[in-house]
Amino acid sequence: MKTIFWKRFKKNHLAVLGGIIVFFLFLIAILAPVVSPHDPNSIDVKNILEPPSIKHPFGTDDLGRDILSRIIWGSRISLAVGFVAVGIATVIGIILGAVSGYYGSWIDSVIMRFVDIMLSIPTFFLLLAVIAFLEPSIWNIMIVIGLTSWMGVARLVRAEFLSVKEREFVLAARTVGANDIRIIFNHILPNSIAPVLVSTVLGIAGAILVESALSFLGIGIQPPTASWGNILTTGKDNIEIAWWLSVFPGLAILVTVLAYNLLGEGIRDSIDPRLKV
Amino acid sequence: MNEKLLTVRGLKKHFSVEDGVFGGKVKVVHAVDGINFEIGENEVLSLVGESGCGKSTTGRLILRLIEPTEGEIVFMGEDICKVNGKRMKELRREMQIIFQDPYASLNPRLTVREIVEEPLIVHRIGTKQERREEVAGLLEKVGLSQDAMRRYPHEFSGGQRQRIGVARAIALKPKLIVADEPVSALDVSIQAQVINLLKELQEEKHISYLFIAHDLNIVRHISNRVAVMYLGKIMELAHVDELYKRPLHPYTQALLSAIPVPDPSGRERKIILLSGDIPSPIDIPSGCRFHPRCPKMIQECKNIIPYLEDFGSGHTVACIRAREWA
Repeated sequence: MKTIFWKRFKKNHLAVLGGIIVFFLFLIAILAPVVSPHDPNSIDVKNILEPPSIKHPFGTDDLGRDILSRIIWGSRISLAVGFVAVGIATVIGIILGAVSGYYGSWIDSVIMRFVDIMLSIPTFFLLLAVIAFLEPSIWNIMIVIGLTSWMGVARLVRAEFLSVKEREFVLAARTVGANDIRIIFNHILPNSIAPVLVSTVLGIAGAILVESALSFLGIGIQPPTASWGNILTTGKDNIEIAWWLSVFPGLAILVTVLAYNLLGEGIRDSIDPRLKV
Repeated sequence: MNEKLLTVRGLKKHFSVEDGVFGGKVKVVHAVDGINFEIGENEVLSLVGESGCGKSTTGRLILRLIEPTEGEIVFMGEDICKVNGKRMKELRREMQIIFQDPYASLNPRLTVREIVEEPLIVHRIGTKQERREEVAGLLEKVGLSQDAMRRYPHEFSGGQRQRIGVARAIALKPKLIVADEPVSALDVSIQAQVINLLKELQEEKHISYLFIAHDLNIVRHISNRVAVMYLGKIMELAHVDELYKRPLHPYTQALLSAIPVPDPSGRERKIILLSGDIPSPIDIPSGCRFHPRCPKMIQECKNIIPYLEDFGSGHTVACIRAREWA
């Protein structure tokens, strides 16, 4: 099964490219202190809004900070927010989806109506409202994004559970006397995790976008901590005189989100040709 | 064979099907419609019938994988529909199932060892080491080598997978195994092997089987008694030799005539062809439910519901005309 997956995945060149980019982003984020040419927070008032040069390949911002270094350090924020927020969403989604799909009846109805309600609220405004009351720290942002993006996972897991729980090996486990916990974790979940993995990878891209947007609006990651979103904010203020402030963080977001999407779709297509998530 | 291991009385399972755009009309599928039978210790009862006649549903009801609508299932003296969860788990040790499709009945994510070991873990039998030895012994018993333990189900052929399923079913040393068409999905050459394996295990471990099959041919070698089922009801029940020698229900006669024989020229009986398909279990025909397809149908068959009548030595038939040719 694994070999078939790799065979199919390798044929999908875009997905492989996405995977390589994701890998490099990880490397850069981990090695940020080593690879960034300057201290991302060192202010240099003599060199404010410098255009790209050998010394500052991506230019400097209105406080003379090196944009390349800030983007490199900002990738840490993006990855952390992406993974933690999606991790929270996935855990909530799996638990609620599993309970819903496995037990059915009124439990299913209650959980699924709750999902419908959550989906009917415009997530972004909910985020704005919640963060307006909380301190906009990186942890709050991760948690709030996680708490507002689990619904897709829950629906996916529920649908998988509905089909897998009728399979004969699940009936066999029940005949043996296995309890619900055992059946859910040993038999159903391992056989329904593949589409969840795909939605996780795609979800990371979404979470990175949301974090950037919140930071751009000034209620996400607070300066001086560098984040792609808040570099863009400075870019917006100086768009007529310093294009590099907007273009490079924008490209970073674009490439990252695209890479995750390509990777996620590649995984989806390689897992099972019959499976359309 | 006198002590009754399992007694089924008036067992019914009706499924409701919502019909219409808004689910207004509710139709009822009479999957199992009032059946009675018994299985003794160390006995093999076969349940035979066409697809959709409710035989698999019956098997699943007996294991309480689905809840019956009506009726009693008395296993080892207890009505399994009335016992609590703890007792049910204890009773499950004594009743196991073998499924038809060996590709669907084994969890693809577990190794063979994990699959066969699961019943022992669930019932907390033995230490890790003892369980390992037990699994090895079970695999040997069903004709698989020890190195099968670390492999995954997809690495095996259909026949081998079915053997793994058998090993899992006998792991708890049950008294009753429901074999739900255990060989229907296998190649003919493999069928005999699996049937022989089941038969050996039965003789060695004194297990009773409810053996579900859709043709009478396979059943002959393994059964003590055979029940013929049609649209959720038992039409005829007799000892295996009696049934093959003296089939009394027109449906049984038709099924028997359809068994292929090695030399068709020496064949005395003619093949009885049944017209049409099995009717929908939603709209059960009036009177005898077999009458629309019965070659011996008379007017009364449309009105009178036949009950199982005894024709001596436990041979029961549900046909109002059976006396005429008995």
